[in-house]
Amino acid sequence: MTGTHFEFALGLGDDALIAAQRLGEWTSRAPEMEEDIALANIALDQLGAARLLLTYAGELEGAGRDEDALAYLRDDRQFRNCLLVELPNGDFAVTMAKLFFLSAYQLPLYAALAGCADERLAAIGAKARKESAYHLDHAALWVKRLGDGTEESHRRMQAAVDEVWPYVHELFAADPAAPVDPATLRADFDATVADVLDEATLTRPADGWAPGGGRAGVHTEHLSFLLAEMQVLHRAHPGARW
Amino acid sequence: MYGNDFSAPDDPPGGGLLGEVEAAEAALREAAARARRSGAAPGEDLDAYFADVIEADQKIEPRDWMPDDYRRTLIRQIAQHAHSEIIGMQPEGNWISRAPSLKRKAILLAKVQDEAGHGLYLYAAAETLGIDRDELVELLLSGRQKYSSIFNYPTLTWADVGAIGWLVDGAAIVNQVPLCRCSYGPYARAMIRVCKEESFHQRQGYEILHTLAHGTEGQKAMAQDAVDRWWYPSLAMFGPPDADSTHSAKSMAWKIKRFSNDELRQRFVDMCVGQAEVLGLTLPDPDLRWNDERQAYDYTQPDYDELMQVIKGNGPCNRQRMEHRRRAHTEGAWVREAAAAYAAKRAEKKEKVAA
Repeated sequence: MTGTHFEFALGLGDDALIAAQRLGEWTSRAPEMEEDIALANIALDQLGAARLLLTYAGELEGAGRDEDALAYLRDDRQFRNCLLVELPNGDFAVTMAKLFFLSAYQLPLYAALAGCADERLAAIGAKARKESAYHLDHAALWVKRLGDGTEESHRRMQAAVDEVWPYVHELFAADPAAPVDPATLRADFDATVADVLDEATLTRPADGWAPGGGRAGVHTEHLSFLLAEMQVLHRAHPGARW
Repeated sequence: MYGNDFSAPDDPPGGGLLGEVEAAEAALREAAARARRSGAAPGEDLDAYFADVIEADQKIEPRDWMPDDYRRTLIRQIAQHAHSEIIGMQPEGNWISRAPSLKRKAILLAKVQDEAGHGLYLYAAAETLGIDRDELVELLLSGRQKYSSIFNYPTLTWADVGAIGWLVDGAAIVNQVPLCRCSYGPYARAMIRVCKEESFHQRQGYEILHTLAHGTEGQKAMAQDAVDRWWYPSLAMFGPPDADSTHSAKSMAWKIKRFSNDELRQRFVDMCVGQAEVLGLTLPDPDLRWNDERQAYDYTQPDYDELMQVIKGNGPCNRQRMEHRRRAHTEGAWVREAAAAYAAKRAEKKEKVAA
């Protein structure tokens, strides 16, 4: 029971942490100044949720690991995030496709968590669902703007959706013992995606290739580089306070 | 909840300056409350009217008549300030991905985000003078308007993030607190808000250095090295010595500027000495000592030839900073075009529905 909760909290915490790390890479590089602020805002929300989830995961584990021990002192094979969040940012369309699919999954997830029996997870879900609703609005608006904008933006947005789509299936792998079984979120996700893609004049790719493995610690080649950068300073000064 | 909750170290900086910001805010409200003539009377000498408003310490507002030169000076200064906020995101943004704890990462992300916010706020203040943001951005990208030279130095270690907060933000606040009393209303009001947030940033930077200076040998060495590298460039932020300052006299008369470069530099040095002692770090100036007669510290001037070189574009990072900004702008063009096209389509649809 506790083992399952630990793995579950760790997986969601890692999703949020790696998403925050990728979004933070946009700082000072966004297409417009207002968007720079918005992306930093979303990165901060993800980082905030990650800290709550990782802190709780550490407590469930009971081995004395805090948020920083979990974030900075694990190797890529010990990370439990989905592959979607670790994919490189690509152009702005790829980033928005990633954020759109992630938040269309996180919103029903956190909403369901808010009603679960575990009080700590319920509190985190209640807080994070409001943030996810904003992330979803923001990403959906950009998917529509880019999809139904210019010829070039339509081409790029469709290419981004096609590129990222295979990675969404992993998010909904059934786990009946978890506080929220991800498989139960799929219908909600599919409805959101259908509405937005339709309005954006974009086509939902056919299902086929469905890469996975993130929840078991088998990642893409990208994660190790991301972690090398994120962890370099912390690991260079073992035991130091910051 | 997300962790901007450090307890204050002993003797946190910025307290006195924050008091001055609040006093300026009160003065602004009083000036607004005093019965004020709204605009020059028909046929009245406009120059004399403008001089009257300045003399009475009232604020010039966007709708008021103002001399062309006053307008140009303000546009140049406010735009340069806005550009500095935007370019200033780069040196600190450089450490977001490597921040050594999640709490520090969150604080740094929020800080860099604040800088973007200050940039937008200042561009909006400049727009009240009749120029638009796109024009100003173009002037930055083409190199015809400048940004603060301090951002042309690299951030080589994590301690540089602390040193920028303590010294660079500290110098910026000393510079900007008098601007809270600037004669142009929108700029004065923008400065009040910016100074409040900057003093928060300065405290965070000081806190980073305090933690490093009381940490391991390696951390302490990192902190000292950062202070050694940032001290003189920070002193140079106040501009050339008064004797060589080109814009000062007029700006003083117009009450855009209230103190000279050298007066502000001295104020900054006097503020930093005690704080450095609390940090346990050494300011890299062997000639720094208290002068009882002047009731101020004697100190070594920064290398103004170096400052001129950096202003001319020959600092360590000028090319890199501009290239970064231009690339973000160019690579984002298709996104901005798409947003404009989408908005136009929506407006067209609405019109059709209305018709």
